[in-house]
Amino acid sequence: MCGIAGLIHRGKSSKVGHELQGMLQALKHRGEDSTGYALYGDTDGKNFIMRFKVGENVGEGSTSVAEDVSVYDERKKIVDSYLSEMGAKIIKEERILPYSLRYEIQYDKKDLLEFSQKIESIPGVEILSMGKSLEVIKDLGNAKMVCDRYNLDKLVGTHAIGHARMATESGVDIKSAHPFWGYPFSDVSVVHNGQLTNYWNNRRALENKGMRFMSECDSELIAVYIAQKMREGASLEEGMKESLSGLDGVFTYFVATKDSLGMAKDTMAAKPLVLYESDDLVAMGSEEIAIRSILPQEIDTYDPFDGEVKVWQI
Amino acid sequence: MANLKNTEKKTKSQAMGMHTEVLTGRTQQKFFNPDEAENFYYFGTYDVDFNKRTDLDVKDMSAAEANKKIDSLMSEGYGTIVIKNPQGKHSLGVGILNKLNLIFEGSLGYFGMGSCDGPIVRINGRVGWSCAENLMAGKVVIEKNAGSCFGAAIRGGDLICKGSVGARTGIDMKGGTIIIGGDAGAFTGFMMQRGRIIILGDVGINLGDSMYDGTIFVGGEVGSYGSDAVDAELTKSDQDWLKRKLKVAEIGENFDVSKMKKIVAGKKLWNYDNLEPTEKKGAI
Repeated sequence: MCGIAGLIHRGKSSKVGHELQGMLQALKHRGEDSTGYALYGDTDGKNFIMRFKVGENVGEGSTSVAEDVSVYDERKKIVDSYLSEMGAKIIKEERILPYSLRYEIQYDKKDLLEFSQKIESIPGVEILSMGKSLEVIKDLGNAKMVCDRYNLDKLVGTHAIGHARMATESGVDIKSAHPFWGYPFSDVSVVHNGQLTNYWNNRRALENKGMRFMSECDSELIAVYIAQKMREGASLEEGMKESLSGLDGVFTYFVATKDSLGMAKDTMAAKPLVLYESDDLVAMGSEEIAIRSILPQEIDTYDPFDGEVKVWQI
Repeated sequence: MANLKNTEKKTKSQAMGMHTEVLTGRTQQKFFNPDEAENFYYFGTYDVDFNKRTDLDVKDMSAAEANKKIDSLMSEGYGTIVIKNPQGKHSLGVGILNKLNLIFEGSLGYFGMGSCDGPIVRINGRVGWSCAENLMAGKVVIEKNAGSCFGAAIRGGDLICKGSVGARTGIDMKGGTIIIGGDAGAFTGFMMQRGRIIILGDVGINLGDSMYDGTIFVGGEVGSYGSDAVDAELTKSDQDWLKRKLKVAEIGENFDVSKMKKIVAGKKLWNYDNLEPTEKKGAI
């Protein structure tokens, strides 16, 4: 059991970091092994923001092996040199935690595949997100702990998706935590609640097409699957609709891009989702209490039906 | 001990075509005489006065605290309780085995009104998954929409949603009536064993999948029929019952019930009357 939540403001910005924290914290009973945020902040859209990790959180509950901080430093140096080699200029650098970094970089090429492959060829390094608006922040602990650790409370933006995870089929670590970046697409992220039963068949097929997987978490498949469909020319909504037959299992998932937010529910409708929709705000979560955390007044909500796909624009 | 032969007599519902099986198992014997209702006693129930009314604000209470407070108010004789600010909390109003007028001014989360027997409940909002699961008797009215597994395994009572409901409505239900004013999702009536479901709107795929018995009435379009769910003739008796029920439920009073579809079990999957292997040995 995991919890997912998402919201999109239409026509205005808001403190989406604070709002999503409230929604995910309301779902913490669905899992607090790790919590992740995909926040779409207000930026000038000129530079890329790269969130990446050079190691794992080895704190309480982690299934990762502890490493010396000097190893993180060494990996960071290699990242910096590779960025320089590829012509990417670091405009701003923040080392939020010894293993977690945020770079604002100037990079003119549009294809992020080669870029990502080069950076992630460094053992222990993973790009959590790459985009001109998207920032993926994920770590061990519940929503409040992660929000406080990364100072997300004041982040202003238009939309966001997040995930409260109870680890079942893979480790308690950052690499298995949601959201997953829709590698190699800029500004695409995914969160999922459920289980996929044709993970390995799909993974092998996608790896043969050059796509990469960083974890053994079945949910990562959705991000890669949608990204591959978009690579082949499908729109986000088309890719999501194809996933209803292409992915086997039970699932409700959200996908966000720079200017849109979508949801899909499997044909068995086995995983919960409650949705609130108005002219200026769409909010959704695994349980109504997530929505109530930002809208305490009486509102009309509903459960989307089986096999339903919806996409909203900012 | 009741006379087993009595169970072979056709009941009214069988005469109406709603249940066609003849129940023969020991668990179906009539252990209680309805004329002796005054002798029935539920441990932990209270005499309440419906005219004695109070409000309860549960905004800052946990579900357990709210439910204990409802119990405490009933013990003081309150027969009408208005719950303020439920705010989508889970498991509110569960385990009430009492006659009670309960009104929620807002929405409930999961498992609201679960395992109840007797209360009359009005929810002026929405409910999450598994509302009124295992309801034995009483009436629960939801003014807005409901989540999945609505009325799972209910044994009796009336469960009414004026809006739309999610998937697996009435899963495993064993009695009672579920009435939906809007649409219903996939697998409605999945493995239902008795009781009736009325849906005025459309219904999703696999309607009545693997149903043992019971009846489903649909006013709109059906996504697809589930395994062993088949159409049956809508009789005059059915139509009269539907009109009565919709009127009492304050829902679709003017709905044209003559055009509704009636779905029952084809009973090709049925195995009720077959003896288990060990029982067969005993019979030999």
